[in-house]
Amino acid sequence: MTSGSAGGPAPVRIVVAYGFWIFLLSDIIMFSALFATYAVLSGQTAGGPSGRELFQLRHVGVETLCLLFSSYTCGLAILAIERRRMREFYVSCALTFVLGASFLGLEISEFVGMIARGAGPSRSAFLSSFFSLVGLHGIHVSAGLLWLTFMVAQTATKGARDFVRRRLLCFSLFWHALDIIWVALLTLVYLMGAR
Amino acid sequence: MLGKLSWDAVPFNQPIPMAASMFIVAVMLGVSGLITWKGWWPYLWREWLTSVDHKRIGVMYVLLALVLLLRGFIDAIMMRTQLVIAAGNAQGYLPPEHYDQIFSAHGTIMIFFMAMPFMVGLMNFVVPLQLGVRDVAFPVLNATSFWLTAAGALLVNISLVVGEFARTGWLAYPPLSELQFSPGVGVDYYLWALQISGIGALLAGINMVTTILKLRAPGMTYMRMPVFCWTSLASSMLIVAAFPILTATFGMLLLDRYVGMHFFTNDGGGNFMMYINLIWAWGHPEVYILVLPAFGIFSEVIATFSGKQLFGYRSMVLATLAICVLSFMVWLHHFFTMGAGADVNAVFGIMSMIIAIPTGVKLFNWLFTLYRGRLRFEVPLLWAIGFMITFVVGGLTGVLLAVPPADFVLHNSLFLVAHFHNVIIGAVLFGAMAGYYYWFPKAFGFTLDRRLGAVSFWCWLIGFYLAFMPLYVLGLLGMTRRMQHYADLSWQPYLIVAEVGAVVIFGGIVATIAQLVVSIRTRDRRRDLTGDPWNGRTLEWSTASPPPAYNFAVLPEVESLDAFWAMKQHGPVKPPDQYQSIEMPRNSPNGFVTAFLAVVTGFAMIWHIWWMAILGVACALLTLLTFGWMERGEVEISGAQLAEAERVRLRREDGA
Amino acid sequence: MRSFSLVSSALAATCLVAPCRGQGVLDPQGPIAAAERLILLNATAIMLVVVLPVIVLTLAFAWWYRASNTRAAYQPDWSYSGHIELVTWAIPAMVVILLAAVGWIGSHQLDPARKLQSDARSIRIEVVSLDWKWLFIYPDQGVAAVNELVIPTGVPVEFVLTSATVMNSFFVPQLGSQIYTMPGMATRLNLLAGRPGDYPGLSANFSGDGFSDMRFLVHAVPAADYDSWLARTREAGPALNADAYSQLARPEGNAQARTYGSVDPNLFERIVTPTEH
Repeated sequence: MTSGSAGGPAPVRIVVAYGFWIFLLSDIIMFSALFATYAVLSGQTAGGPSGRELFQLRHVGVETLCLLFSSYTCGLAILAIERRRMREFYVSCALTFVLGASFLGLEISEFVGMIARGAGPSRSAFLSSFFSLVGLHGIHVSAGLLWLTFMVAQTATKGARDFVRRRLLCFSLFWHALDIIWVALLTLVYLMGAR
Repeated sequence: MLGKLSWDAVPFNQPIPMAASMFIVAVMLGVSGLITWKGWWPYLWREWLTSVDHKRIGVMYVLLALVLLLRGFIDAIMMRTQLVIAAGNAQGYLPPEHYDQIFSAHGTIMIFFMAMPFMVGLMNFVVPLQLGVRDVAFPVLNATSFWLTAAGALLVNISLVVGEFARTGWLAYPPLSELQFSPGVGVDYYLWALQISGIGALLAGINMVTTILKLRAPGMTYMRMPVFCWTSLASSMLIVAAFPILTATFGMLLLDRYVGMHFFTNDGGGNFMMYINLIWAWGHPEVYILVLPAFGIFSEVIATFSGKQLFGYRSMVLATLAICVLSFMVWLHHFFTMGAGADVNAVFGIMSMIIAIPTGVKLFNWLFTLYRGRLRFEVPLLWAIGFMITFVVGGLTGVLLAVPPADFVLHNSLFLVAHFHNVIIGAVLFGAMAGYYYWFPKAFGFTLDRRLGAVSFWCWLIGFYLAFMPLYVLGLLGMTRRMQHYADLSWQPYLIVAEVGAVVIFGGIVATIAQLVVSIRTRDRRRDLTGDPWNGRTLEWSTASPPPAYNFAVLPEVESLDAFWAMKQHGPVKPPDQYQSIEMPRNSPNGFVTAFLAVVTGFAMIWHIWWMAILGVACALLTLLTFGWMERGEVEISGAQLAEAERVRLRREDGA
Repeated sequence: MRSFSLVSSALAATCLVAPCRGQGVLDPQGPIAAAERLILLNATAIMLVVVLPVIVLTLAFAWWYRASNTRAAYQPDWSYSGHIELVTWAIPAMVVILLAAVGWIGSHQLDPARKLQSDARSIRIEVVSLDWKWLFIYPDQGVAAVNELVIPTGVPVEFVLTSATVMNSFFVPQLGSQIYTMPGMATRLNLLAGRPGDYPGLSANFSGDGFSDMRFLVHAVPAADYDSWLARTREAGPALNADAYSQLARPEGNAQARTYGSVDPNLFERIVTPTEH
């Protein structure tokens, strides 16, 4: 029944990562509320376009590749900083940023295209839940990009110190969680919706 | 420039809201005037507003709860008075558009800004002390959680002066809360206030779970944790699992209202039952978020004042976790009357009844803790016994409501209102009051006045029965909740009794305030020099009252359950020859600034003042980045300082 | 404290019994309400078997084990007994098993959507909640009424319910089960009035400023009186066509009872599923 606690309080790195995990868990619960709503409302098109008419799987496929690959480069960045290979770290971070930004750009272009053809979020309950669910993920990705930029700047000025590496660890957890959510989203929204 | 805001928002032409607004403004001006005159701002800023000490944050939570208890109670007595008058053809003194705001505000305030901060505050203060550690896992985040809660409370109270509050009940069911039926700013006040404080609650929950699972004194295994820590853990886990649902649900309603989406609207394919399902998927666990810590408090209080170990500790832990899991499986019992099939209703009804099993076990365990104890009838034990009796009645009516066919005739009636006040007052509030009295000397170093404490208890107990037993009857007579007036004159006598009950409860509140004032004035006579005024059993009593900022000079070694009791049996622990220096987090204005910006942004969103909202969010982001960039470092307390402080403490204890 | 709690529980008990004579759910006037009252009383009785001893024991222990009682035993380290624990889990479990049976059977027998067995032919009534009044449509008889509901005694009534505004709940305490009326959805409810009389009905779900006046009266009358009411209504009242309905659907507080002599047969359908535009 112990978890190393017999020896007293856990070290800071463990506490921080653990707390951040719990935050991610709560974030995933928030997403599941939106997933549930989407599942209920996805058929409610109110005479407007349905997913089959709107979704372009090729476009989404490219988005997915960007995001999945960015997770890989993010992992490389963490490995690099743990080994103090700074150049490798910066290159991986840059790649992660570019891939994440591409994902976001593709998502925005999808949204803009849909709104342009009259399928905006206020058209029907289906579209409301679609835009909110996918958009919330997009906001998370944007926040991640901002965080990544901040962390690179902090690493550059302050070096790979303990607290910087703790934060980078949290960032990578966050970035991977976004990947997991995207996979669920891809399956439930796009793959099942495009059929 | 100012969106929807204009001078019309201030209720100049309505005497009652205007008087209330003036009162609130006067109190706030009075308090800040006094602070300025006395020159207390620098002290307040340094020691409280920027404090990241879990004990101070806990105290501020409880203070917030007590202030809003008063606000919520004023709402309550206004409603009771209205219903005494508005019988037959009489319309009473509160028109519907005002009455509807009052019952919505009463529920919202009492749950989110009274019960929640009270419980979270007690957890904040007590849990690290009981675990034998120096602070929570994330002290700055902890301050932020508190200030966000306070920000939400402030927004609700601003609605009294500027604009209006929601007229939709405390859960704001759509489609009534949609723009089509509630075009005013009331629902927006409700939504933004609760979004902001909800994020505060979520962060507090994450913090508490991490603290309990990862920060415990050496030797404190899970099965040596005090029961209050267990129930705090369960409650916090429920916060982590439930509050994100609330955030998502309110988020969707906000999108409906602000950008014309169709989640819960009558048109566009929206489905408002989705809201009702989601809000109760949060709402039912919320009940246990509030009541589990209260169960923990009673477990501590009953064991301490019986002079006995708690009976059936393992059962208690098991029952707590069972309630925790079950609480997510019963939400549908809040709307049996929506016409789901018999199977669905029956399954959810039976699931709800099953919660009565672990709850019943807890009750029996308290009973057998009293058995062969040596009961000292201090005020906390009075609350505990009052709770045990009141709570079984509330439990009975609760299980009754879980039987679907019975619910078909009792749903939404005053019987339901009586039931949930029976458990929220009888368990949550009684528990909070017991905890307040029990841990007050630990927080401030002197005990509260016992006689006034007893007066407060008796007023609450008698007042509760007078105020709510008639409501059970009225529910059976067919009176439904949220009525602003009624035709049936035979209901009036019961409502008069209920009003008398509310007045008696007011006596209890006055006694609590008087108790605080009297106790502070006579504090020199009531100092707790030992740190252990109640002959306690858990680690919080092993340190000084009030504890130093670092709680324990040396983290205690835990060898059994009721660790401090065991230490007392084995004789005093010898102080070490040398103390190791410790590092404590530095104070930070992060929480206060964030909450200030949250109020600005929330207010701007409510009134559609877009530039101000953008400015608020931008500043918040800037604050986050700035604080993220700065290295605050830590305050070091040297071994020599610790040794000196410990020497003073031990000498004082010997002298006592 | 002890004497007070006894007094208060006695007070509570008398209060629970007293309203049997009045109106409300303890004065049922039909089989559904009667069955629900029985379940209410049975479930309460089952629980009181445990709740009363717990209250008595709490008070008894509190009194006997007070610190000043030197004759009372004191066992500071006694904190576990397998036998007692078994009993403390078993007692609530057994009560819950009993109640679960009551709940399961009751949920099925008293399912609001379940049709009632009777020799008499049932009548169908469509119910629409409006801001802030009730519209009752008799589709087979071609009449409609606002805020008054005339039904024959001894005849099963099949209600189909919806809302043209926000959610409300249709409830006649003396006849039994309530059910939500929800926009865009139709719910079902089956009731029967056993005895002639006037029974108050109301909305049991808050619906806005005019909510308190969302009352109606159920006149349960013998079959002959019901027929003559139908005949009178058909002759006298105006027609409930699209115009009259849009007039009626406007928000209005404290609406007066009124009747319509004829009614658009598709009105209810159109309210449940409005055409999107």
